[in-house]
Formats: sequence, structure tokens, C-alpha cells
Amino acid sequence: MKGYAGRILRVDLSTGAVRTEPLTEEVAKKYIGGIGLGMYLWVKNSEPGIDPFSPENPLICATGPLSGTFAPTGGNGHAFVAKSPESYAIGEAKAHGFFGAEMKRAGYDAIIIEGRAERPTYIWIDDDTVQLMNAEHLWGKTPVETEEAIRKELGDYYIRVACIGPAGEKLVRVAGIMNDRSRWAGRCGLGAVMGSKNLKAIAVRGTKDVEVAHPEELEELVKVLKERAMGPASTKYRTYGTLMNFVAYTKLQTIPTHNFGRTYVEGMEKWSDYINERFVVRIIGCYSCPMRCHHVCVVPEGPYKGATARLEYEPTWALSANCGVNRLDATVRAIELCDHYGMDGISTGVIVSFVMDCYEHGYLTKEDLDGIEANFGNHEAMLELVRKIGERDGIGDILAEGVKRAAEILAEKKGIPEIKNLACHFKGVEMTGYDIRSLKTAALGYMVSFRGACHNRHGAYGPDIAGKVDRFKAEKGRGKVVADIEDLYTLIDSFVVCKFSRRIYVEEGGFGDFAKLYTYVTGIKVTAEDMRATGARINVLARVINVREGFSRKDDYPYWKAMNVPVPEDGPAKGCVLTKEECDLLLDDYYAVRGYNKDGIPLPETLKKLGLDEFIPIVEARLEG
Amino acid sequence: MSVPIPRAFVVADPERCVGCGICELVCSWQKEGVFNPLKSRIRIVRIKDIVNLSLTCRTCEDPPCVAACPRDALTQSEQTGIIMVDEDKCNGCGWCIEACPFGAITLHPEKRVVIVCDTCLDRREKGLPPACVEWCPEEALDLTTKDVLAQKARISATMKLFIEAGKVVPL
Repeated sequence: MKGYAGRILRVDLSTGAVRTEPLTEEVAKKYIGGIGLGMYLWVKNSEPGIDPFSPENPLICATGPLSGTFAPTGGNGHAFVAKSPESYAIGEAKAHGFFGAEMKRAGYDAIIIEGRAERPTYIWIDDDTVQLMNAEHLWGKTPVETEEAIRKELGDYYIRVACIGPAGEKLVRVAGIMNDRSRWAGRCGLGAVMGSKNLKAIAVRGTKDVEVAHPEELEELVKVLKERAMGPASTKYRTYGTLMNFVAYTKLQTIPTHNFGRTYVEGMEKWSDYINERFVVRIIGCYSCPMRCHHVCVVPEGPYKGATARLEYEPTWALSANCGVNRLDATVRAIELCDHYGMDGISTGVIVSFVMDCYEHGYLTKEDLDGIEANFGNHEAMLELVRKIGERDGIGDILAEGVKRAAEILAEKKGIPEIKNLACHFKGVEMTGYDIRSLKTAALGYMVSFRGACHNRHGAYGPDIAGKVDRFKAEKGRGKVVADIEDLYTLIDSFVVCKFSRRIYVEEGGFGDFAKLYTYVTGIKVTAEDMRATGARINVLARVINVREGFSRKDDYPYWKAMNVPVPEDGPAKGCVLTKEECDLLLDDYYAVRGYNKDGIPLPETLKKLGLDEFIPIVEARLEG
Repeated sequence: MSVPIPRAFVVADPERCVGCGICELVCSWQKEGVFNPLKSRIRIVRIKDIVNLSLTCRTCEDPPCVAACPRDALTQSEQTGIIMVDEDKCNGCGWCIEACPFGAITLHPEKRVVIVCDTCLDRREKGLPPACVEWCPEEALDLTTKDVLAQKARISATMKLFIEAGKVVPL
């Protein structure tokens, strides 16, 4: 079994015990790596109903079979998996950069982190030597400071670090895990899980070879994939970056603004050009990536002069348009602040926009907000709220619980139940930057996404926006559209290649290229059909995990605003809203395609077909109950 | 009679290099058949995201590595400028590593002798560019000579002067 390191590292922070276990070929083949392997290892190492912040919630970090090779973007990814403190469902987040390849060279396909350290700790993995190090002096440091301090104290510049910032330490539920200075496993609050373990960082240095089974075939294939990666398949990411969405989507009214109420902020359609011309100083790349997309932005003048951050569409949107803000220098500063505290910029922005919405409705007052006048468009208020969340200061202590919990707490405290209507999330994970009122296929994708609100679990805005389906209409057939993309996307996140490279995999819907990559790297022969089934298997496994944690159809419905506030502005989407009937139609269709019952519980025969037999007792318990 | 291999070396354009490290991966792949940056003759440096550069042997005219070697294990080819390592003589003491101002020499983790870029001489003899140059997605790497480097510097300096003076430069 080449490609893989063949070993899993198990670290118990409570006892300090460290051991390695083999990765069997059967598990490798069935779950590939990344989120697939991570979720499998998580469910096998956890009990149902545990608290995400308890020592019993293992945190898994997994690389993929391609990590450390020169497969385009395949050399660089890793995934974190744990129970999410936002959704209480399965949480996963990927990041790219250099960390994953280093971990593979150190000789590990996955790390299972269990227990809770007595005091702040970091794990230092130096090939076969694994040590738990005191991190008391690092507690309170930002992620970048932490990375630099660890490299300095261990005396090795090429050490790669994945770590949390102050927000993760303070159990801010939207905290992420950073690696390589500016790359984030941002979503689902896994940084807070790391913080709950008193784990500040994982530092790794690997010096071993990564070998592949069929070198010549791999080189030929990688040459082809690399050519595609440098061609039209990735032009967007290499030029404008994801910021191109502003120019492309504003007229379609698919960008939500003002906390998912409206669809326009003055000048929004010009932001793609504006940001690139005004702020982007350099575009850099992750390890083994021929596309390079990382737009480093610096504010050249004004009150936020010198603010530096990587801008991508989602956090940019969350901390500008969705807060009604059109001061983009403030947005760069806001994202820089999120990096500083170690928080997901998307979720943080959606919490801020929620506060602004409450303020505009009169549900929350200046007094409730420590004196902040949180009107939409007030960029200073936005920055102050970001800071308060990051530090759990004042009102920030409630907001740091994530939009769902914060809304529940505030509704109770103020005696205004309507506050809950303004919290925009799926399963407790803050909504992202697509307006599902006029993207009905995407709406389904979001509804059934196992990690809560996420556009990257399904990419179903793609066929909507491309006009392959009628985006204004919910109809039968969308279940298959969503399931098909899900299978590919889940596979992508298990190989841990970058989503931005998805269009370079074209053979047999992409599955053919993945089958070849897998076969050439590992020497385990698989077909395109095997790969498709593997994508489905991992997706259904995630659903089974959520079923184990008590989730079902009732948890798949959208947030209140999508179902009750029609698009107000003139344009193609005017008046669009999602109805309960549409949601039911879409869910029924999807469940049937996936082999779930009406309540969204996977049927035993579905699990059998996908080789998930060992999890049948989980669904049987629910079907009988 | 075959055309002699010119005295050339691999340089990275700091304006173009994005720090992706494909050159490292390809070098160890080409030379050793595995992926391992420690076995690469070219290494990337990234400082605070913005600064990115690949570094390898610059074939110095009076190479400090050769002078530093206490065992005369290193020699420089008169014709190509490439630093050649006599693996029987080298004992991995690391004087050359310390002497090289570019960090272009590294210790092979298993053979325990030093390795240094040979500009993929075997490929060049077949008329192919060095592997890293061929694979660099940004065309940041180039096999070049010091004469050509000087030419390029002169041209760009001249262009800059004229543009700064407000002259219209036909391009």
C-alpha cells in the first residue's frame, strides 16, 4: 500500500500515552483519507451523545493518499474531524498549505487526539518521536505568533504548525484551526474542540520519503492534470479569485446582504475589480499546487492602513455585504481580526449581521450591545463586535456561542422570541454566501449538508447558476443532482485535494481521474464506479453519524428568513422565497435517491449496499424507536 | 561534433515564484524516484507569505564550497560549472553546507553525503530542460547564464529609466 504512510498516531492528552496503529488496506480503500477516514475513525472512537467539549470527543486529523506527492493540490491538504460544538453533529474542516504533506512525511495518515491535557500543551511530532510539550507560554498568543514561537524554540524553520488562537482557547464556538500562517480549517468550531483539550498546537516535521506504486503512469497523469489546472478550469481562482463572485452574481441576486434579507449593497458589482486592484499585493500558492489562488491583501492607506489578510469571497461577503458594509478596507481589517483571534470569518460575519438585524428591528438596543450602535453598514460597529466575540468581552460572551445559541439566549433574556427568527444557520452552523431563496437546488444541498450550512458540501449552486436547472423552481430530480455532486465533493475532501481544482477531474464525471490517481499512487486497483460508491459511502456514513447523534428530517429545514422574507429588490429574484412545500418536495426526492426513509434515516439495505454493514445497528435503533 | 553544454544554472524570478514547492517535489522525484524535499537539490523559502523564492546552486566562479571541503571531495567542472561530489571522499562533515551562501547544498538523509544541483545534466544532454524548469507552473524558474542575467538586468534598468522619464516606449 504505497502513498499511505500506513500508520495512525494515537495521542491521549489525559494520560500522555502515545502509540501508533496500522492503517489497514480495507479501511484505507473504503474511506480513502481526509474527512472519510477522519469520520470513520471518529465514530469508531466515540460514544453517542457526548458533549463536544468533553475529553471523550476525539479530534482527528487526517491526510490523504496523495499527500506528499506532486499530484496537483493533492500534496497539501489535511482534514480535522470531531463532534462540532456548533451543530452537535459531525464536524469537519479541511485546510491546505504545507502541514498535510509534512505529517505524511513524518509517517502518519491520521492522528487521533483523545482526552484533555491538564495544562496548555502542544504536540511535537518529529518523525517517530512524539512529545507533549508545555504550551503555557503560548496560551493567549495569536496563531501566527504561536507558529513562529514554536519554530524558534524547536529551532527548525521547516516545522509545520496547526494551532488555535485566543478564540479557540476561550471556547468561542466559531473558532478554527490555522496552519502555515494563513490557512484555516475554519468551519464547525473545531478550534474550540482543540481548546477544550488544552491543546494549543500540533507541530510536525517529517523527513521520510513518500513513494508511489506506479511512477510512470502517475507522472503522465499528473502532467495532464497539471495542464488542466493551469488552463480554463481554474482561471477564476488564478486571476480574480473567488472574489469574482461579486461581479458574476450581483445581477443574479444570489448574494445575500443585510443578514440574508436583501440582495444588494451599493457598488457591490464592482468589488471584484476593486479588491484586486486596490488591495492584492501578491498571489501565492500552497504546496504542490499549479493554480495558486491565495490573494494576499494589504490596505494601502486610511484608518486601516497596513491591515493584511487573505481575501476570499465567503469571509469577504460575510464581513461586508451581509453586514450592509461597503467599506472594504474595514473588511480586510475584520478578516485580519478573525485571523488574529482564530475564528471562522464566515460564521463571525453572520453573527455580526444577526446582531445588526436585531438592532435594526429594535430587538437589541445600544445598552444591550455595550454602547455599540449596530446599524447595518456601520463598519466600526462590525469591527468592535468581531473583537468582542474574539475576546468574549461583554455581549461578545453571548455571541461567541454561535448565532443559534446566541439567539436562543438573547430571545430568552429579552423576552423576544422573534430574535430567533433572525439567526441564519443550518443545524447551528452559520449560513454562507448564497441566497437559497432563488437557488432551489442549492437550498436542498444546504438542507442535507451533514456539517450544517455549507456550500462546499454540495456545490449545488453550480447547476442553478449555470442554468442547467431552473433555479427558481423546486422539482423532482434535484435530489439526484445534489447527491451526484455530493459524492464527488465528499471524495475530493477525502483525497483532500482542493475544491478549487474540481474542474480538472473530468473523466467519468471526475471519478475516472480519481480512480487512476488512487490506483497509480497506492497500487490498490479501483474503478470509477468504486470511487463513486466510495463518495456515496462516506456521505451516508456522515448521515449515519448524525442519526446516531439524534438528527433526522426535522433538522434539515432552512432558517426562518429563507422561508419568510421574500427577496425585496427588483430583479430576476424579486419575491423569491422558500416554502415548506418546496422543502418537503426536495427532501423527499433526495431521501429517496439516497435510500433513506421519510424521516431521513438511512435504511439498513442502503448501508448494506455501500458496505457500511457495521453501522446497521445505529439506524435500526432509530427505525425501531 | 556535439554542441557543448553551456555553463548555466537554475534561477528563480522572485516576482513570479509563488512558493508552491513543485520544484522540490519534482527534483527528488527526478533524482531519487521518491517525494522528499530533503532529497531535493532546489529548496523553497517562504517568509511571511509575501516573500517566496526557490534557491539552488549558482555555480559560483570561485565556489566557497569547493574551497571549504577538507577532503577535496568537491570539484567544479571547468566546462559546465557544476559542483561534483566524490561520494567516496565526502564524509558529510558539512563544511560546504556552511560555506554556501545560498543554502544550496544539503546532506542526503540516507547516503550521508552532500547533494547539489547538477542542472539535470543527463536531461540537458538530451536537449531537455532541467526537470524543475519544465514543471514550474509559474515559469519562475529558468536555466540561464550569468551573461544573460546581465543582459536582462541592463534591459529592464534601461526600460525603467525611460518609463520614469515619461518617454513612450514601444513594446
